[in-house]
Amino acid sequence: MPEIRNFTLNFGPQHPAAHGVLRLVLELEGEVVQKADPHIGLLHRGTEKLAESKPFNQSIGYMDRLDYVSMMCNEHAYVMAIEKLLGIEIPLRAQYIRVMFDEITRILNHLMWLGAHGIDIGAMTVFLYCFREREDLMDCYEAVSGTRMHATYYRPGGVYRDLPGAMPIYQPSKFRSRKEIDRLNEARAGSLLDFIRDFTDRFPKCVDEYETLLTDNRIWKQRTVNIGILSPERAKALSASGPVLRGSGVVWDLRKFQPYEVYDKVDFDIPVGVNGDCYDRYLVRIEELRQSNRIIRQCVDWLKANPGPVMLADHKITPPRRVEMKEGMESLIHHFKLFTEGYSVPEGEAYSAVEAPKGEFGVWLVSDGANKPYRLKARAPGFPHLAAMDEMVRGHMLADVVAVIGTLDIVFGEIDR
Amino acid sequence: MSDAIETLAGSLARRFGERLMRLPAVAGELTVEVSTVDLKAVCTSLRDDPDLAFEVLADLSGIDYLDYGLEEWQTQRATGTGFSRGVSRRVGDAEAPAPDAAGEGSAQPRRFAVVYHLLSITHNRRLRLRVYCEPGEPPLADSVVDIWPGANWYEREAFDLFGILFRGHPDLRRILTDYGFVGNPFRKDFPLSGHVEVRYDPDKQRVIYQPVSIEPRTLVPRVIRRDHRYEPGLSSSPPVPAKPNA
Repeated sequence: MPEIRNFTLNFGPQHPAAHGVLRLVLELEGEVVQKADPHIGLLHRGTEKLAESKPFNQSIGYMDRLDYVSMMCNEHAYVMAIEKLLGIEIPLRAQYIRVMFDEITRILNHLMWLGAHGIDIGAMTVFLYCFREREDLMDCYEAVSGTRMHATYYRPGGVYRDLPGAMPIYQPSKFRSRKEIDRLNEARAGSLLDFIRDFTDRFPKCVDEYETLLTDNRIWKQRTVNIGILSPERAKALSASGPVLRGSGVVWDLRKFQPYEVYDKVDFDIPVGVNGDCYDRYLVRIEELRQSNRIIRQCVDWLKANPGPVMLADHKITPPRRVEMKEGMESLIHHFKLFTEGYSVPEGEAYSAVEAPKGEFGVWLVSDGANKPYRLKARAPGFPHLAAMDEMVRGHMLADVVAVIGTLDIVFGEIDR
Repeated sequence: MSDAIETLAGSLARRFGERLMRLPAVAGELTVEVSTVDLKAVCTSLRDDPDLAFEVLADLSGIDYLDYGLEEWQTQRATGTGFSRGVSRRVGDAEAPAPDAAGEGSAQPRRFAVVYHLLSITHNRRLRLRVYCEPGEPPLADSVVDIWPGANWYEREAFDLFGILFRGHPDLRRILTDYGFVGNPFRKDFPLSGHVEVRYDPDKQRVIYQPVSIEPRTLVPRVIRRDHRYEPGLSSSPPVPAKPNA
């Protein structure tokens, strides 16, 4: 009988399967994990402290950089908290735009997750498929905000500007033939809404393709079925939310039960898992892709039929239009005050939560009546999920740790903040 | 929505009576304050009572009320000296220490608080619970890890960033800051730029820590303005107790 002893393995912080900068200290017996101790904070930027030193609007951009694969959902929670404290209601069209972009963001996030998770546990091709569709949605971000990722598109009082009437198109180059350019630009001839509409027509087929690659794949199932099981009771006790909670069979979705914006006016279903293992969480997310697609379609139809303002006309909070600013004294004063000092938010505190792709993303905002937040706390969904990881990987093999990290959808921007 | 809040407030008042104090909150939210002594008992009942059933601790965070309500620029009164850039001194230094003379000995008896955001999936309700830490250094509060296991990392975070000690926490270590970090960065008296910076020293051929070389500065001064248009969203009184002379 050879002597067997426990040993400690240092996993990360620079490991491709660690999804960022996770340092994981694993206590192993042979290849079986006895204890996992994640060390986090390597990406801690003090976002919450920084926000305390800046006027409210200047921190919207920081929210994008928290969970950097579901950018607009983070902004959404933050601007909703400000709106709650100010007691203002945004125009209906802005609410539909926000819902549409929240769902676009959900698809972006889940595609990123699917591709990365696929690579982690041995499926290369699906990554390429996912990034093909992500590119189209990134273009939507770009068309509407000018940037592909960190949009800063949602503002207190609405959204920064209305949806553009034209999509950016590919230009001919020596790398692409005329014919290929024409094919790429085919869907981009019309407005942004036309492009998104065309995307929603194509997308269910694409999800079918991912499923063909994975859902019944023997290797995929061997790597995920019965791995990292989380019972519904434990999931609730460990503060899990989003697909992790639903994968365990708890019927809970903020969009349905505590609807914000116009989620009570759109039609969608929430998928729920049965076993609470990695495979169920995968199935939940795949179905969420389809449901998000459904919501986007409804939003596109509504937005096409109902033009209107997308920002409040209250210029104590929202900037006046450029033309007015050039001609009117009062607008000039509003503009100057807003961009130097900002606006003061009444004293009080508010917690606003959105169903971000990873779970409940909440912002707790305390204001003492100043033009800067007194305290901002971002409730990141990944934080309690990673805390629950120790419990999920105990007794599993080393290779399963990677599957569990992947299935929790860890992004360090939000965990470390 | 407000009906549901009133129902919840009513059942909390019946269940806990004097032990919970209701605080003003924006529409659709309910905030209650509990004393440190009652915290564990109240939390256990909040979780286990079938009428309340707050089985999820959505969030836990610390807060430091040191600079609450202080501004860098006077906007309400005229000044004899004119306006400064508001950058020369830290806000709290002149007036903040001992703002509450009625305190029980310690300089700021109600400086640190821990705030719990509870969620009941069964009843689809939320509740915010605030407990002020026991005064002194370090501030103390009871751990709720045995009630909600999800509190583990949240309490470590509050310990790391605010220096709040949680009595009964199984593994209270720093979590977000660097190995060997000194201080509690989210306290209001901790400068935004920190105390040390890191750089590569070509002579020693290694990364070294040194005192920060940049001076903290205020780009936009902090001002407090009251605007009656947004008062409906406003709570009727501040969450911290009024100053003695108010």
